[in-house]
Formats: sequence, C-alpha cells, structure tokens
Amino acid sequence: MEAVHAGAHGHDHGHHPTGLMRWITTTNHKDIGTMYLWFSFTMFMVGGAMAMVIRAELFEPGLQIVSPEFFNQMITLHALIMVFGAIMPAFVGFANWMIPLQIGASDMAFARMNNWSFWILPVAGSMLILSLFVPGGAAGTGWTMYPPLSIQMGMGMDFAIFGLHLLGMSSIMGSINIITTILNLRAPGMSLMRMPLFCWTWLITAYLLLAVMPVLAGAITMLLTDRHFGTSFFNAAGGGDPVMFQHIFWFFGHPEVYIIALPAFGVISQVIPAFSRKHIFGYASMVYAIAAIALISFFVWAHHMFTTGIPLTGQLYFMYATMLIAVPTGVKVFNWTATMWKGALSFETPMLFAIGFLFLFTLGGFSGLVCAITAIDIQLQDTYYVVAHFHYVMVAGALFSAYAGAYYWLPKWTGHMYNETLGKLHFWLTLIFFNMTFFVQHFLGLAGMPRRVPDYALQFAEFNKISSIGSFGLGISQLLFLYIVIKTIKGGPKAGDKPWDGAEGLEWTVPSPAPHHTFEDPPVIK
Amino acid sequence: MKKITNKTAIRLAAAFAAGIAFTGTALAEMQLNMGFPVTAAGQTAYHLHNLINIICLIIFIGVFGVMGYSMIYHRKSKGHKPAEFHENLTVEILWTAIPLLILIIIAIPATKALISLKDTSDSDITIKATGYQWKWGYDYLKGEGEGIKFMSVLATPQAQIKGQEPKDEHYLLEVDNPIVVPVGKKVRILTTSNDVIHSWAMPAFGVKQDAVPGFIRDTQFRAEKEGTYRGQCSELCGKDHGFMPIVVEVVSADKYATWVDEQKKKMAAAMGDPNKVWTLDESKAYGEKLYNANCAACHQATGKGIPGAFPALDGSKIVTGPKEGHLAVVVNGRPGTAMAAFGKQLSDTEIAAIVTYERNAWGNKTGEVVQPAEVKAAHK
Repeated sequence: MEAVHAGAHGHDHGHHPTGLMRWITTTNHKDIGTMYLWFSFTMFMVGGAMAMVIRAELFEPGLQIVSPEFFNQMITLHALIMVFGAIMPAFVGFANWMIPLQIGASDMAFARMNNWSFWILPVAGSMLILSLFVPGGAAGTGWTMYPPLSIQMGMGMDFAIFGLHLLGMSSIMGSINIITTILNLRAPGMSLMRMPLFCWTWLITAYLLLAVMPVLAGAITMLLTDRHFGTSFFNAAGGGDPVMFQHIFWFFGHPEVYIIALPAFGVISQVIPAFSRKHIFGYASMVYAIAAIALISFFVWAHHMFTTGIPLTGQLYFMYATMLIAVPTGVKVFNWTATMWKGALSFETPMLFAIGFLFLFTLGGFSGLVCAITAIDIQLQDTYYVVAHFHYVMVAGALFSAYAGAYYWLPKWTGHMYNETLGKLHFWLTLIFFNMTFFVQHFLGLAGMPRRVPDYALQFAEFNKISSIGSFGLGISQLLFLYIVIKTIKGGPKAGDKPWDGAEGLEWTVPSPAPHHTFEDPPVIK
Repeated sequence: MKKITNKTAIRLAAAFAAGIAFTGTALAEMQLNMGFPVTAAGQTAYHLHNLINIICLIIFIGVFGVMGYSMIYHRKSKGHKPAEFHENLTVEILWTAIPLLILIIIAIPATKALISLKDTSDSDITIKATGYQWKWGYDYLKGEGEGIKFMSVLATPQAQIKGQEPKDEHYLLEVDNPIVVPVGKKVRILTTSNDVIHSWAMPAFGVKQDAVPGFIRDTQFRAEKEGTYRGQCSELCGKDHGFMPIVVEVVSADKYATWVDEQKKKMAAAMGDPNKVWTLDESKAYGEKLYNANCAACHQATGKGIPGAFPALDGSKIVTGPKEGHLAVVVNGRPGTAMAAFGKQLSDTEIAAIVTYERNAWGNKTGEVVQPAEVKAAHK
C-alpha cells in the first residue's frame, strides 16, 4: 500500500517501497551503506559497553563487580563484536557509499547480493550477543578461541562459531561485490592508476578477505567437529595438535589486521590531501606500499606465537619477516608527511582525526617493532603491552580514520554541515581519553601484568585506575558523535556539492546530499 | 571511588612525559620499564629493548618534527600557498632504503639475543612444569633434587580477593610451595599441560614458555642473584587464569641442599600407608581440607557448583550413587571438560579422603568410607 503512495509522488523516484520495507528490500548502494554504518555504530556501542564492564572490574585490585567467568566472556565478546561487528562493517559501509561515487558507477555490481550481505550481519551480531544468555554463558576463550579451552566451553561457543561463519559469508560476498565493481564499473578514462587511493586500498583489502575468511571458517569448523563429532584436529591424544589451530587462526588473523588497517589508510589518503590542498605525494609508491603490506601480511603469522615453542630458525624467520613490514608502512607515513609539507593546511575535524591517526598509528607501529624482536616479545607476549599495542593500531588506526572519513563525507551523505566546534571537541576528548586509557598499559605490560585477568597484584593498581578512568571518559565521549550525527541529519547549514575546497574526486561533482541515483550515465574522465 | 589526588595527577603527567620519551627510567613506585632481569639472556633483551626505544624516539622526533613544522608554518590561515610537487623518486628510494638499513642494524643484536635465550643445552637441573586448571605441578627430573615433586597453588586467601580482608604485599603472587633452585646453575624448564594451554612466565628471567597439552616444550634460565621471583600464568586458561602464580626462590647451594633433604622427607610422609584402613571421621576431616584446595574452585565449598558451567555435587546422582562410578570420574576425569584426571595429581590416600568427604558432606549422607585400596582399583 505504501508502495502505491510512493509511486504517486512522481516517477523519477521509481516505485520502490517506503518505510521499513524500503530498508529490507533495498538494492541501492547508498541505503545499504547507510545501514552498514548504523549497524557498525550500534555494535560499537555494545562492544564499548562491554569494555566498560572490563575496565570497571579492573578499576581496583580484587574481584568486585563480575565473576572471573563473566569477565572472560566480556573480553571475548568485546573483541569479536568490535572486530567483526564494528570495525569491518564500518569500512564496508564507507565502501558501499563511496566506491561507486568515486569511480563514477551507478551502483555496486551485484546489487541484490549487496542487500543479502548486509542483512546477514544483524543475525550474526544477534547470535554473538544472545550467546550471553544460553546455559554456561558466552565463550570465555578470548577472541582467539584457542583449543583445548574452546573445546571445554558450553553452547555459547557454538553460537560464536555460527555467528562467525555468517560474518565470514557476509564479508566474502561484500568482497566479491567490491572487486567486481572496481574492476568493471569504472567510468571511461579512469584507469586503475588514476583511481582514488580509497578504492585501491579496498580493492586489495577485498582480495585479502577472499583469501583469509575461508581459512577462519575452516579453523572454526574444525573446532566445531572436535567439540561435537569426535574428531581430533586439535587434540594431542587423538593425534592432533592444539598449536595447529593457532597457525591456522593467525594465518587468517594477521591479514585480518591489514583488512582493518588498509581501508583506514585509504580514508586518510583522501583526507590529508584535501586539507593540505595538495596532491597526495607519491601516489604510485602508495599503491605499491599497500600491495607490499598486503603480501607480507601472509608470511608473518607466527609472530603471534613466539612463546608456543616454535624452533629457533622459525622464530628468526618470523622476526625478520615481521620487521620487514615496517618498511612499506614507513613509506606510507613518510608520504603522508610529505603531502602535508608545504601545503596550505587547515584543521577541520576530519583533518584533526587524520593527524591523530598518524600520531597514534606511528606509536602503535613502534610498539609493533618492539614486539617483532623475538627476545623482547617473549617477555611482552600476553601482557598488557600487547593490549596497548593493538589498541594503538586498531582503535587509532580504525576508529580515528573512520571518524575522519565520517566527518569528511557527512556533508555529502546528509546535505548539511556538521557543527565544527562539537566535532573538534569530540576529537580532543577522544584523543586525550584514548591516550589516558591505553598509554599507561604499556607500562603495565613492561612490568609484567598479564592480559585477560580479572584481578591483579598491587603494584599494578595506579596505572589500572588511570586506565579505567580514561576508558570511562573515552566511552562517554563517543555519545557526542551520535549527537553530532543526528543533529547534522536533522539540519544545519546547507552543504554545497563540494564543501571542502581542497577535496578531489568524482563524489564532489554530484549534489549534496547525493541523490538516490547517481551517474546513471557514466562521467567521462579526461 | 577515590578522587584523583594531586599526587596521581603529577604521576600521570610524569608517566606521559616519560612514556613519550620511551626511555628506560624506572620510578620506584610506578614501574615504567621492564624490571632489570637477573639472567644474562634477560639482560641482553632488556638492553636491546632500550636501544630500540631510542631508535624509535629519534625517528618519531624526525617525522613529527617535520610534520609539526608544516602544521605551524604551512597553514592556510597564514596565507601559505600550496606547492605543486607530488613526486620525487630519489626521496622515495631513500626512505625505503634507510629504514631497511636501520632494521638490519637492529636484526643483528636481536638474533644474538634470541640464540642465547633459546639455548637449553647442558643444564644442571631439569624441572618439568605441568599446568593444571588452575595450579602448577613441578617434577625435578634431573640434577640435584631429582625425584622431588609437588603442586604449587595460589596462597592468597579468598577473603583478600573478595575484599573482606586487607591485601598482602604479594597479593596474587604468592604460592604454598615455590620452586627452589640454586643460584648460578643453569635450570632447564620443560613445560606441558594436563588440560588446556597455560604459559610459564618469569619476567625477572626474561622467560615465557607455553605449556601445551600432549607436547613438551622447553626454556632455560641461569639466575645470578639470590631472591624470590614472581610471575603468573600468561595464557588464558579458563576462569582462574589470573589466580595461578609462579614463584621461584633462588638460594645458595647450601640452602638448596637442605631444602632437597626436607622435601624428600616430606614426600615420604605424604605418600601415607596405602594399606591403612581409615574411619569415616578421619577420612572426612582430611578430605575436607583437600577438597577445598583441589575441588572448590569449580564445585564450590558449598558443593553447589556454578549452574551451567560446573555441576553441583550436593545431591548429585554420581556422588550419591555407586562408589565405582564416582571414583571413575575423579580418578580418570571427564575428557573435553575442565574435570581433570586427579589420579595423576593426587595419591590414592588423598583421593580416597576427598571422595569420602564428597559422599558425606552437605546433603549427601551415604555413610560410606572409601579406602585407598579401592582408589587403586579405579585407575584405568
């Protein structure tokens, strides 16, 4: 019935349904992108709430708020929800919205599959959250799900396994869509080497996803059959090996880090030139660096396993290979710096988040180099140093660049400018509280505090308290972003087609907000 | 919630300053760097860590110095006009090659440090460390003290963990039976596990080695200073992962010899007389103590378990049913669950006492006494 009404408004909008059915049945890349972004933010809030539980328990030594079992469930779900529910869908959301606009395509290549790959996500996310309420609670293994601990878990583990299978399916379908779109639907004249870097990072990321999501699916399927069907892939008593799971898991897990980081690099490579009013420095070498990082990421997985007892020669190889990643990563940081050099810089919120990203990601890179040195890593493995390291890479890498991208493209999505003062406030609160939460964790790790513990010795008390206070501030500050976005959707100064004078790219040639259908006739790039 | 005091604020500021500098200074109260290790291999890693931090600091200052300059002087608000350049092959080659060179310089000492850490040959004493959920078992396999074996369990009382009593200095880092080793001797630690993966870690020795069920791994240390050193399990192993510390006492050769002597006498006493016939009260009293040390973490002191995770023993069909069924579970465990095969950890006398206690505690009133000889028969 509503469809009839919609039809009555005029035929240029087509006969698509309205209300809830519009969102359930949509095949429009912008609608789907929007849904990805809202889903991601919802999961970010859920995963963030779990982080608050963790930090509240760690506020003081002793057990105060939750039991150790529940604490383990929180650390597991916090990580799974943040990695698979918040960060990955956020960048798929950006991809859906921006790739067709950046390459001058009218939509994604497989519009119906696009709908399906989104709508799997809420089901998968619900399975992860619902696992808290089954007998025995959620998996308490950490997101790495190492057997034999994961074999001991209750039904919650099976929920997590099926949830991850669904998330993997969604990612694979999304990747096929992105690869096909980029390779086939570019506007005439847009050669691969003239593509915006955001598209390049996604093209390579999509190949990484295609390569490693099936590996994860294999690993967790073997867990499932070990749990229920009497196989012994990871059981030494039956001829298996628990450490084999770690090899398979990290063969997925290490490229996964770059699946998260590369699109973040892509966003930063759009934002920094725009607010430096200067072309990106070394476009070609940026592309080669992305490809090199992606390739090396397949050959370094065992640096997550330096204490499992791999032989000396193996440890040496993985140490050298890991150190090598610093080279292309360094090239990217140098290129971004050179892009800013002698530009005409201005510091709107997207640029602030991009510079925040550079600063924090570089620190995360340094602690990564420290962790690469096996003799040192043996001390730091499974301590809070590692927790600090990957939050510098993940939160700084993914969250800061996602915010940079969100503020950068918000005018294009909503047709309104966001409130610059509030945006800057959001940046500074996030930056300060982030460092307060995670910088001190380096010290905790160096002093030997193990990770994934609900309680700790007295010498760790002060830094934990600082970290907890920081995390509460970090959590609350993110609500400000929600407020800013809703305010921008509802109103605000009108945004022009190209609200940033230094921005480049086809997305700025269409009106703001971008109309439902764009580039029905492909633009020609000279 | 305590207010943030000025002292904390000053410390926070100090921590940030020191942290950004990444230097190796250590404040007495709030440790900012690794503790200085007491093994040569650990010290090599310690110095290497400081070296890398200095290199990182130099690079950091270089990159962010340039960026900072740009952010101050190349602002649009100051009327700076953007330059046109966006490519320079020489620069690109330079900043690929120079980091590569720095990495090679780091790789040389890093390789040496690792080789010295991994050399487990020619040890004076070999000790096997077995991880259990959630305690450590130690067997002295070779060298002086050969044959000594014991369990090492967290000594911090539950009341301190739950906040009912003030916490001791070594809260969560104290055990009932520490490992004792002589100073200056090379000790090889073999790690393995009875259930899930644990990790034997001792920061002061620069050592961490996962304990993998079904496999033996090894690591080594030669402690050069007497003292008590404390570490913790460093691989998530279930609910009490945070409550299975590792304590090593490094003592003089003389003291070590005395300790070995004492241990041998203690072990002979603990074995008990396997043919002794126990009375109900005797066995139950002994069993209660052992139950609280070995079983209460999961099944709880009340015998009610944790619904959904660990079954209740109070009123359980197995516990109130035939003895044989009950003994089979305790002695051989339940594969694929957290229920360990206690036949491998405890003597027959001890298991008999625990089972007697479980069958006669709480609402369970079988009135039966289990004798050590019956436990022997239950071994698979």
